[in-house]
Amino acid sequence: MHELSVCQALIDQVLGLAREHQASGVERIVLSVGPLSGVEPALLMTAYPVAAAGTVAEAADLELVQSAARVRCRGCGHEAEVPPNRLSCPACGDYHTDLMSGDELLLIRVELTTEAPAPA
Amino acid sequence: MCDTCGCNVTSGNRHLLETEGKFYRAEDGRVAVNVLRNLLAENDQEAAHNRAHFDAHGVLVINLMSSPGAGKTALLEATVSALRDELRIAVIEGDLETENDAERIRAQGVPAVQISTGSACHLDAHMVHDALHQTPLRELDLLFIENVGNLVCPASFDLGQHRNVTLLSVTEGDDKPAKYPVIFRAADLVLLTKTDLLAVLDDFSPAQAERHLRSLASEAPVISLSARKGQGLERWLEWLRSELAAHRERLARGETRRPAIQPEGARLHGAERPARGPAPQHHLLRR
Repeated sequence: MHELSVCQALIDQVLGLAREHQASGVERIVLSVGPLSGVEPALLMTAYPVAAAGTVAEAADLELVQSAARVRCRGCGHEAEVPPNRLSCPACGDYHTDLMSGDELLLIRVELTTEAPAPA
Repeated sequence: MCDTCGCNVTSGNRHLLETEGKFYRAEDGRVAVNVLRNLLAENDQEAAHNRAHFDAHGVLVINLMSSPGAGKTALLEATVSALRDELRIAVIEGDLETENDAERIRAQGVPAVQISTGSACHLDAHMVHDALHQTPLRELDLLFIENVGNLVCPASFDLGQHRNVTLLSVTEGDDKPAKYPVIFRAADLVLLTKTDLLAVLDDFSPAQAERHLRSLASEAPVISLSARKGQGLERWLEWLRSELAAHRERLARGETRRPAIQPEGARLHGAERPARGPAPQHHLLRR
């Protein structure tokens, strides 16, 4: 269960942004998590309150957007959404494909409560 | 993906960006900051730092991953025994507890540093960095990192290694690549281990294991071996020698490489990939 480590890294980034913008609270956090990121969304949700306890991000809404695994075939050029353990081309069967999305583990956006004026 | 040039934006997440630009004030007075940064960016930065250390000393670093008991330490014992007169080798061992694996490696006459992770299920770049202070990089050609036995968590953390090797022992199922796609997709080489036991196992097909691996769009070579019986070791040793030679050539050109799995960055940076060639190389980023 490495999701707690991942959550700790998330909190570090969020708190850094909150400091940078002199925020008094964190309202909402949006993440993009792909099925090939190695992170289980449900476990990440469970770990979040533990990692965030006692910080300005404690009460934040955590939104995980789960992307799908998509591949593009280097042979026939077909692009398709595929199951995470079937990354060969569904059209021609070739396994020489490139992953277009599905391994993301990204902090997309943070929404903060702040009294400071917005930077120009 | 690099977190700086926008190549993090993929067809899978572009729609999540509500506005252009990094910063805006929402109607209700909230301030929203668009970030698009890898959650493990701090680990990745430390990993890049480790890699710069390795490259400065010309050391090739290989991360071994597998389930517990797949034979990582036995493989290292056999490898060290075969190569210690030819190459200067050291090992970093990751386990939750005990010094046992490091002691087995030291018994082969090479340095070993044990990282005890406590309850942590994986190594991360910071743990490896701490271990580097006890590792004689200046006197090495090849450094192995034996990750914690676990087919899930180690796959998510870059340690600064150049190559990932994932072991699958034939006493496990041949469908392990389909069950644990993340870790097998990360492999630059897959080793089927304990193959001397195939004679008494009727439910493991090496061909089937390779088919499951190819279904992950992996081009990684597959080598069958038995470390205990010394079968098939020569192909593995040859792979190590050729990787070390290729790595030295890369370093001479001022380049390095990360392990497998960088397709998006390569595509979005415009680096054309040969249709069936090796994974793209990456230039050394100095911070």
